[in-house]
Amino acid sequence: MSKDKSEYLINRKDNQYEVVIGLEVHAQVTSESKLFSTSSTKFGAEPNTQVSLVDAALPGMLPVINEYCVKQAIKTGIGLKAKINKRSVFDRKNYFYADLPQGYQISQFKDPIVGEGKVILDMPDGQKEVGIERLHLEQDAGKSIHDLDPKNTFVDLNRSGVALMEIVSKPDLRSPDEVNAYVKKLRSIMRYLGTCDGNMQEGSLRADVNVSVRKKGTKEFGTRCEIKNVNSIKFMQMAIEYEANRQVDLIEEGQSIDQETRLFDTKKNETRSMRSKEDAHDYRYFPDPDLLPLEVSEDFIEKLKLEIPELPDEKKKRFIEKFKLTPYEATILVSDNETSNYFENVIKKSDVKLATNWIIGELFAALNEKNLEITESPISAGNLSKLINLIKDGTISGKIAKTVFENMMEGDKDPKKIVEEKGLKQESDPKALEALIDKVIDDNREKATEYKSGKVKLFGFFVGQVMKVSGGKANPQLVNEILKKKL
Amino acid sequence: MSDITKQSLSELIKNIKDKKLSSTEVTKAFVERSEKSKELNAYVTEDFSAAIDKAKKFDENPNLDLKLPGIPMAVKDLFCTKNVKTTAGSKILNNFTPTYESTVTQNIWNEGAILLGKLNCDEFAMGSSNETSFFGCVQNPIDKDLVPGGSSGGSSSAVAAQLTPITIGTDTGGSIRQPASFTGIVGLKPTYGSCSRYGIVAFASSLDQAGPMAQNVRDCALLHEVISSYDEKDSTSIDFKRNNYVKELTNNIKGKKIGIPKEYRVDGMPKEIEDLWKKGIDYVKDCGAEIIDISLPHTNYALPTYYIVAPAEASSNLARYDGVKYGFRADGENLIDMYEKTRSEGFGAEVQRRIMIGTYVLSSGYYDAYYLKAQKVRKLIKNDFDEAYKKVDAILTPSTPSSAFKIGEKTNDPVSMYLNDIFTVPVNLAGLPGISIPAGHDAKGYPLGLQIIGKAFDEQNLLNIAYAMEEKINFKNKITDWWIK
Repeated sequence: MSKDKSEYLINRKDNQYEVVIGLEVHAQVTSESKLFSTSSTKFGAEPNTQVSLVDAALPGMLPVINEYCVKQAIKTGIGLKAKINKRSVFDRKNYFYADLPQGYQISQFKDPIVGEGKVILDMPDGQKEVGIERLHLEQDAGKSIHDLDPKNTFVDLNRSGVALMEIVSKPDLRSPDEVNAYVKKLRSIMRYLGTCDGNMQEGSLRADVNVSVRKKGTKEFGTRCEIKNVNSIKFMQMAIEYEANRQVDLIEEGQSIDQETRLFDTKKNETRSMRSKEDAHDYRYFPDPDLLPLEVSEDFIEKLKLEIPELPDEKKKRFIEKFKLTPYEATILVSDNETSNYFENVIKKSDVKLATNWIIGELFAALNEKNLEITESPISAGNLSKLINLIKDGTISGKIAKTVFENMMEGDKDPKKIVEEKGLKQESDPKALEALIDKVIDDNREKATEYKSGKVKLFGFFVGQVMKVSGGKANPQLVNEILKKKL
Repeated sequence: MSDITKQSLSELIKNIKDKKLSSTEVTKAFVERSEKSKELNAYVTEDFSAAIDKAKKFDENPNLDLKLPGIPMAVKDLFCTKNVKTTAGSKILNNFTPTYESTVTQNIWNEGAILLGKLNCDEFAMGSSNETSFFGCVQNPIDKDLVPGGSSGGSSSAVAAQLTPITIGTDTGGSIRQPASFTGIVGLKPTYGSCSRYGIVAFASSLDQAGPMAQNVRDCALLHEVISSYDEKDSTSIDFKRNNYVKELTNNIKGKKIGIPKEYRVDGMPKEIEDLWKKGIDYVKDCGAEIIDISLPHTNYALPTYYIVAPAEASSNLARYDGVKYGFRADGENLIDMYEKTRSEGFGAEVQRRIMIGTYVLSSGYYDAYYLKAQKVRKLIKNDFDEAYKKVDAILTPSTPSSAFKIGEKTNDPVSMYLNDIFTVPVNLAGLPGISIPAGHDAKGYPLGLQIIGKAFDEQNLLNIAYAMEEKINFKNKITDWWIK
């Protein structure tokens, strides 16, 4: 990767600092039931209605692994081009908290289910590879609610025991932009795979962000701080920016950085110390004796490989090669599975170039304005395809098409019907156009004379008048041709 | 019919099947005797009137094809029983009533048995004398002020005193076999993974195993047949072919090879234990089995290994008793204060000691030196047995290094208390089945037990050897009903 203008550096006096970032992403596994119990994982239910005896840690209750969650983790591992460990171990991470009913979280410490892998980022100045350290399965905790009562904390255990994948990156990220690209790419891969819905509002994707700084050119890493539980990409970027500058300021003042866990205060836009290394929990990890080591066969993994769909990197390559898209266009269209499916449905029966422009341009802008996902688009792929064909065969002009498109956004109507109902069909009959043009020339005698005497700039005026009189329906190409002759 | 409570389980079943006794008569007899035996303090929770109601209901339409038709039974208070208080012998669960049933007890009720009540035990099964129970000591029916062993002390006392025809206990380091030995009854710890742990209050998950306690080997085999089942709700449950243990029970053990491990001749072993062991060897020979000297070289390390592994798991298993969700809660200034007060007041001294040991051995910086090393030694202990079983079919040892001791005698000396489990602990660490059968008396007239250790999943062979020896030993418990006024 070239390292010039796009490099993210923090400048102080004579020093330039590089920021080193590693992410621990917690992605909620898409599954009907929890990692070790049969209760539902559905979001938004009444508090404590999705809690089994196991989730509430009643005496004598035992965890039983959900095979589906194991498959989801392995699929994600395959999507991250990572090593799948045939033997992994569930450990107990012991700590006390009101929303942790067992008094320990079942996680994977020494032997995770997925080992090293990689993610490719498309940055403006080229591709960048980010290493994946590991992916492991663990239970989510419940939720403590502190603001419902002045004296008490309420606990909702609906989330307790929901399966999470913790995806740990190597410290390969160097800027907030790369973090943005990384999280989006990770989310995109998991959405393609159907292993995590990536919904950050619902907490399906959160991250602990490790940040350190070092003088440009140095090889050793600086002391890192971990910013816990950041739940949006924007906040991750803001937190990194604040934290990196805080660390640089400390170094510039000749102070050292304490390795610690920090919290990002989204209201004040700053990170705050949560606990120092000395106060760090001793989690007393040890293998959970209620669970045997998890062993999967080669065959099991091979069968899952057959279920892996075409992933964004491969799809992008195909779009560029097969449809001659630019890398920019392809990157946008493959960013999520729904968009690429939509695109492929549109181009089944219509022009690729036009479709690409209309989707990336008009459609995205319109959806954005209405705050809709592509899956919620009022215009179906089929109807957009029809609209594009109307442009392509000259039935309507590009300009009229925009009017039709706006109508379509109000409800999924067939563009042909809109064109018919509103009489928007393009006028391409030379005789009809000649009559129109004669009238315009007649009405603007003086200007016609000026044109003929050499004021050629007035040609545009005549085109405009004809289009106006025709209500925008006149075929612009024919109008040009006939006007030239007549004038 | 007189003396109903003196009948063995097998006799009771026969009499009920032959319609010579009704479930109601049998249940009432055990309820009456239990009522008269409160001084033993064997029960934590009595469910007598419900039991009699259930017995009456059974008699209205008796299903005599069941294995335990209308048989009343009290169980250790470590098994969760639906709608019946389950305390684990602890103050912290003194107000806890499960909404669910353990798999093992469900198996028992499915075969027609009726719950009499919940039996006292050491707090969270941590103890060898039943003295750590929040609900007080249990008297050994053999003699006043004698411990019944532990942790299944209420269970051993209740079976020996005939308050229940049979019962189940749990065994993490000897908690079935040692109390069985102290009270002159039979106690089986099955192979790890044989009986489901679902619904049993956990002490040390990799060692805990439920098992039957009975007056004789046949009864023990029958109850084992009922409780041993594969259970998907317990990930450590093992799906293997289980025998019809009663049907296949035989006293013919001719040609079986019985190992005598030299390492079990511990320093300072009382002569009467040594003599008992010798007698045991003679009985086995009498039955036509062959005696082979073997070595289990890592035996010495078993007890220290156990006292690292078991507290480590316990410290984590007991973290859930925090006052937040159920059980006892002490008020506190804040969350941490509430935790501290709840757990300081809710747990007894021995449980707190083990939580602290467990927390220590799992701490970063000590994990490798203690927990990890203990796991390695555990593997070596298992290997010792695997090696021995290449030469022998089963192993014969004493069950305990002494007979029952007096209440209070060892409470201030935990190490001496822990030493009680010296012969039983290796069996749990190796996940093997072990059975204690009464084999004689010491000079004071207190019962002494012999332990037979089997191969994994070979309970049938173990039971057969015990059955054959039982016949030769012809043990008679000396119980005077001293507590009945």
